[in-house]
Amino acid sequence: MNKPAAVELAQVGMAFGSCLALREVSASIPSGCVTGLVGPDAAGKTTLVRLLAGLLRPTQGQILVHSAQLAAPVGAEGQGQGAQPPLSCTAVQAQPALQTAPKEPTLGNAVPQEAAKACAALDVEAGHSLCPENIVATLPNFIGYMPQRFGLYEDLSVMDNLVLHARLRNVQGQQRAEIFEQLLQFTALAPFTTRLAGRLSGGMKQKLGIACALLGSPRLLLLDEPGVGVDPLSRRDLWRMVLRLADSGMTVLWSTAYLDEAERCPHVIMLDEGRVLYEGAPAELTRRAAGKVFAITPASGHKKATLAACMHSEGVADALIQGSRVRVVLHQSPAALPEKGLCLPSVQGVFMPVPPRLEDAYMLGLGGIDRSPSPLVEGSLPASDKPRIEARGLTKRYGNFVAANDISFSVPAGRIFGLLGPNGAGKSTTFRMLCGLSKPSSGECFVDGVNLLTAGNMARARLGYMAQKFSLYTDIPVQENLRIFGQLYGLSGHKLRQRMELLAETLALTSYLRQPTRLLPLGQKQRLALACALLHNPAVLFLDEPTSGVDARTRRDFWKHITAMTRTGVSVLVTTHFMEEAEYCDSMALVYRGNIITTGTPDALKAAVASAENPDPSMEETFIACIQRYDEEHPQ
Amino acid sequence: MKSTRTAAQQAALGLWLRRLGALVVKECKEIVRDPSSYLVAGLMPALLLLIFGYGITLDIQTLEISILDQSGSQPAQQVVHAFMHSPSFTVVPAANQEAAEKLFKDARIKGIVILRHDFGEAVARGQAGAVQILVDGADANTAKFIQAYAQMLLARWQQASTGTAQPAAIEVQPRYWYNATANSRNYLVPGSITVIMTLIGTLLTSLVFAREWERGTMEAMLATPASRLQLLLGKLIPYFCMGMLSMLVCAAAAVWIFSVPFRGSLWVLLLLSSIFLLTALGQGLLISVLTRTQLLAAQAGLFSGFLPALLLSGFVFDIASMPYALQIATLLLPARYFNVCLQTVFLAGDIWSVFVPCMGAMLALGAALLALVYHNLQKRLDV
Repeated sequence: MNKPAAVELAQVGMAFGSCLALREVSASIPSGCVTGLVGPDAAGKTTLVRLLAGLLRPTQGQILVHSAQLAAPVGAEGQGQGAQPPLSCTAVQAQPALQTAPKEPTLGNAVPQEAAKACAALDVEAGHSLCPENIVATLPNFIGYMPQRFGLYEDLSVMDNLVLHARLRNVQGQQRAEIFEQLLQFTALAPFTTRLAGRLSGGMKQKLGIACALLGSPRLLLLDEPGVGVDPLSRRDLWRMVLRLADSGMTVLWSTAYLDEAERCPHVIMLDEGRVLYEGAPAELTRRAAGKVFAITPASGHKKATLAACMHSEGVADALIQGSRVRVVLHQSPAALPEKGLCLPSVQGVFMPVPPRLEDAYMLGLGGIDRSPSPLVEGSLPASDKPRIEARGLTKRYGNFVAANDISFSVPAGRIFGLLGPNGAGKSTTFRMLCGLSKPSSGECFVDGVNLLTAGNMARARLGYMAQKFSLYTDIPVQENLRIFGQLYGLSGHKLRQRMELLAETLALTSYLRQPTRLLPLGQKQRLALACALLHNPAVLFLDEPTSGVDARTRRDFWKHITAMTRTGVSVLVTTHFMEEAEYCDSMALVYRGNIITTGTPDALKAAVASAENPDPSMEETFIACIQRYDEEHPQ
Repeated sequence: MKSTRTAAQQAALGLWLRRLGALVVKECKEIVRDPSSYLVAGLMPALLLLIFGYGITLDIQTLEISILDQSGSQPAQQVVHAFMHSPSFTVVPAANQEAAEKLFKDARIKGIVILRHDFGEAVARGQAGAVQILVDGADANTAKFIQAYAQMLLARWQQASTGTAQPAAIEVQPRYWYNATANSRNYLVPGSITVIMTLIGTLLTSLVFAREWERGTMEAMLATPASRLQLLLGKLIPYFCMGMLSMLVCAAAAVWIFSVPFRGSLWVLLLLSSIFLLTALGQGLLISVLTRTQLLAAQAGLFSGFLPALLLSGFVFDIASMPYALQIATLLLPARYFNVCLQTVFLAGDIWSVFVPCMGAMLALGAALLALVYHNLQKRLDV
């Protein structure tokens, strides 16, 4: 990365009481491009973004914002030329106004006079650098910041929100009208200006949040997890938007928990537990995994057994299911193709080298997965020919609005079924009907052969439910949570104690039992939620967005247990818009506009959208293609 | 040079005011769209006014008693008649003591008056006749009423029966100043304005910053050029207007619906109310800034604002009869001063010797609270 640094962090530490959120973070953010700030939850991403926004003051070290670098004119780096034309948004093209008098007053005037003057004063001392707090004090519009959850007033309309930010940032009159027009066009929010912000979909809220942050024509745009809670389609739109901003010279920091998002950034800062794990181009890190990544087509077709075998083989850094294949990352690149059990003696299958991804390198860097086998493979449920979960024509209407229309599918014993779809597509509605939390307008659903509508409590006793935010009681100790959920499912006395002990041991929670639940790290919380759902030995497991925000290693661990359980006959229903989880599904249904628009195995869905120019589409590309195809066939 | 400077200053001031205006407009729109604001600012005051105006009264209308005349003599008959014709009592017939006690236990009557068998002879001899009054000590307030009314009635009967020959040694002639009919509504309705304004000033306001923290909008605001003072005023101004508006509505209702006299002047009422409202708003905003969650803020608002205003302001319960420690604690309660001022301005008039010390106390409390809010409202998250 040979772009000049726009922001430099030197030995930055941030402590909240005795808790160290950041330790000795040294990194730089190059100007005029998107920098990815990547790490699992609680890695320190939000703290770092807030430090840059001047909302926190570091307890150690120094942050310097090189205002001169940020004020560099568009195209000085030769960036963005020939590619997409720079964004047709004056909000972004305003840089020249900072240094010289605007030649095109209507275009360049987006920067308020006061900021322009202050900036000009700074430029007199060339290379003047300030800490974020001083930047905010002297150049209030210099930094644009979108906090997590977007910071929108949900009771106000889209236009009200924009007007508020415009007036706070002193953007008014003709100039405001122009910026509004461009921003609304840019974000495709123009048809929704009178809609309340609270009524927007996740993706639209995100865009409005960014539009608000862009109103002061910032040079440095800080986005805190803009991809969270946004489906792949909206995420792609968002990414394109931000790329155009960067191409026109804006410096953008994009924080994310997803490595696939980070992979697209030219520069990443990888955080883990408050420390910098890696800084630089993601491709460079990815190269470290070159030659070590293989896709295994299982010999016998048992991908779950193959996954388990891979996961406790010596020398494996990572293993996960991708459709019908198992993807493994080895610590050392093998001298020869590890076919016929050359390298992994217990694994039977055809090995094929595949190009590495950032995540592979990330797992290698972390030292690989926990290779101990899951004890949840033990025991087995009585075999059954009947489907464990069955939906027949499930329909839910709210007035005239059909939230779910004629949803039918069935899940045999021991299978994982995924419900995928963008926000507001109807997958949560379907999910709620299936676990008996909401009554369908018509249709029926069965869990382990029991009708949820007529024998709800009996059916519910056979299903374990893991809610999105885990639904744990956070102020009581871990073991009390287990006890409460066990008692709710009718366990008591010796039997309850036995199950609690077994699950605590299995899921490595024994040492945490007496701790208050709120003190648990996210990964352990997730395992506790799983333990709570498993206490009563359910035949069916319902998972609602089970691994959002959890780091890759913890996700592997989680899915190791889930796949192990399915081998004993447990069926799993999972809703997600996280594509990696979709890969673990034996089959899945894509829910969109209230309907199941397509269903099948991950491989079959991919094959259906494969084309000459994209013979091997990713799950995300498949998802987007299916939705676009449906939109073309069924115009609204 | 000088003129350009003032022009620049004017421009800066204009910008400052525009930002403030943006925040005020935003807040007003939120108030209009937020159902909880209607609940706290509309429904609750209406309910309170109805309760204090029509529901609660501290005057006892009629008291049900039974009289047991054990003597059957003529003077005893006269006393019974006197009770029966008194507007304060309703006499429930009871055949004997057991029947009367049963009525008493069933709470059908509030007291029993017993004229002993030697009542007639004692009166005839010119001695004090023996009258026993049984009352329910569990309801001490009613018991005292019965005792007082019965004593008054007996004294009057004695005076009448013995003629003017034996006037009572001392005659008490009470006169209720400011509230000639001693109607409790006349001081409860103005008092309820204290509670209503505390509701809006403290309870409603305590939620507003907390809500912004909860929804993440506060963080977005902190990252904008809006200053602390602008953020603070952006909250203060709309809720101040709302509080004053609701005060005027309540005052109008007091005068025109509940016929409470208004003897002071309107501008004094407005002045007093604005000073009180500043303290209530200060308290609400302080809670809001410190708690950062709506649940906690609502609880703190209820316990530190609404309940003390209801119970400790002297509006229902007399401060002078509270325990000493509690009396001292009420000195820190703005509602206490405002309550005195309201009762004065409604029932007595513009009495500055009452207002000035109260206003001083309220101003001091308000300034302290608002200073604390300003201090605790930081543009950073780590303080």
